[in-house]
Amino acid sequence: MAASKPPGTPDGKDGNGHAANSSHDAGLEQRRRALDEALAERRVADPAAEPERQKGAGSGFGKALKLSSEFVAGILVGAGLGYLLDTFAGTSPWGMIVFLMLGFAAGILNMLRAAGVVAEPAGRAPDRKAPPGGAGSDETEDRDGRH
Amino acid sequence: MAQDPIKQFEINTIVPIENVAGLDLSFTNSSLFMVATVATASAFLYFGSANRGLVPGRLQSMTEMSYEFVASMLRDAAGSEGMRFFPLVFSLFMFVLFANLFGMFPYFFTVTSHIVVTFALAMLVIGTVIVYGFWKHGLKFLGLFVPEGVPGYLVPLVVAIEVISFLSRPISLSVRLFANMLAGHITLKVFAGFVVSLSAFGAVGVLGAVLPMIMVVAITALEFLVSFLQAYVFAILTCIYLNDALHPSH
Repeated sequence: MAASKPPGTPDGKDGNGHAANSSHDAGLEQRRRALDEALAERRVADPAAEPERQKGAGSGFGKALKLSSEFVAGILVGAGLGYLLDTFAGTSPWGMIVFLMLGFAAGILNMLRAAGVVAEPAGRAPDRKAPPGGAGSDETEDRDGRH
Repeated sequence: MAQDPIKQFEINTIVPIENVAGLDLSFTNSSLFMVATVATASAFLYFGSANRGLVPGRLQSMTEMSYEFVASMLRDAAGSEGMRFFPLVFSLFMFVLFANLFGMFPYFFTVTSHIVVTFALAMLVIGTVIVYGFWKHGLKFLGLFVPEGVPGYLVPLVVAIEVISFLSRPISLSVRLFANMLAGHITLKVFAGFVVSLSAFGAVGVLGAVLPMIMVVAITALEFLVSFLQAYVFAILTCIYLNDALHPSH
C-alpha cells in the first residue's frame, strides 16, 4: 500500500498542479509585472535618498580622502612624467618643471570634477546619457554624493 | 609594543619561496588572506546559488542581491554593452568587499590596506580600459582627451592636462581604497590603545576610558560602512572608466 501510494499521489498532484498552473500562471505573471513596476518606481527614488543617509556618517572624512587622493594623484603623475622625460630626453630641470605644473592643473581639475564643481567634458557627458536612456545623469550624481 | 598601530600591517613570510628567477615569491600572511578572501567569496556564491530555489532562502537572496546590485550599477554606468565586463566588475567588487570585511575581524590581516594590492587592481582596470578602447575604437579612442569647444591654440595644453588626469585615475583609485582602509584601521587601533593606557591609571582612568571605548564602538560601525562603501566606490569608478572605453566621444 505504501509502495502503491507514492506513484499515485504525485501523479494526482501533478495533474492538479498543471491544471491550476495554466490558469494560475497568467495571474502570477501579471502580479509579478505589477511588482516589477512598483520596484522600478522605488528604485528611481532611491539614489536621491541614499546620499542623504550617508551624509551623517563620517562623510567629511571620506570626502577629504577622496579629494586629496585625486589631487595627489595628479601631481604624482605629472612629476613622474616629468622625471621620465628628463631622464630619457636629457632636458634636466625643464621637463619636471613643466609637467609638475601640468600635473598640478590636472590635480585641480580632478578634484573639481570629483567635487562636482566642474562638469565632465562636453564630449563625454551626452554620450554617457545616451545609451541606457538617461541613466548617465544619475551616475554622476552617485559619484559626487558618495566618497 | 602591543599598541603599535602599524604592526598590524606587517608582512610575515609563512612559506619561504625565494629566488624564483630573482623574485621573492614567498607565501606571506597577505597571500594567505587573499586566498581566504577568494575562497570565502567563491563559497558564498557557490552555496548561495547551489540551491536554485524559486523562492530564495537567506543565502540565495544575498547572492542574488549582490548580483543585482553590481549588474544594475554596471548597466546604469556603461549601458547594456557594459555587461560584457560584468565578470571583471563583479569579481573586483566581491574581492574588495570580502577583503575589506575580512579586515574587520580582530587579528586578521587587511589585504586592501597595502597599496601594492590596490594599485595592481587599479592597473588591471585601467589596462582593460586602454586595451579595449584601442581595440574597439582604434585611434578614435584618443578623442577622449580632446574636449569639444576648446579654442585651437589651447588644445595642446588641455590635451596634456586631460592625459595626465586620465593617467592619474589608477593612482587615485588605488590610493583612495588603500588610504581609507589604512586610516580606518590605524584610528581603530589608536583609540583602542587609549582605552588600555587610560585604564592603567586607576579608578579615574577607568572612568575616563569609557569615552574612547564609546569611540571605538562607533568607529567599528563606521568601518563596516566604509568597507562596503569603498568596495562600492571601487566598482562604480571601474564602471565609469569602462564606459569611457565603450563610448569615447565621437
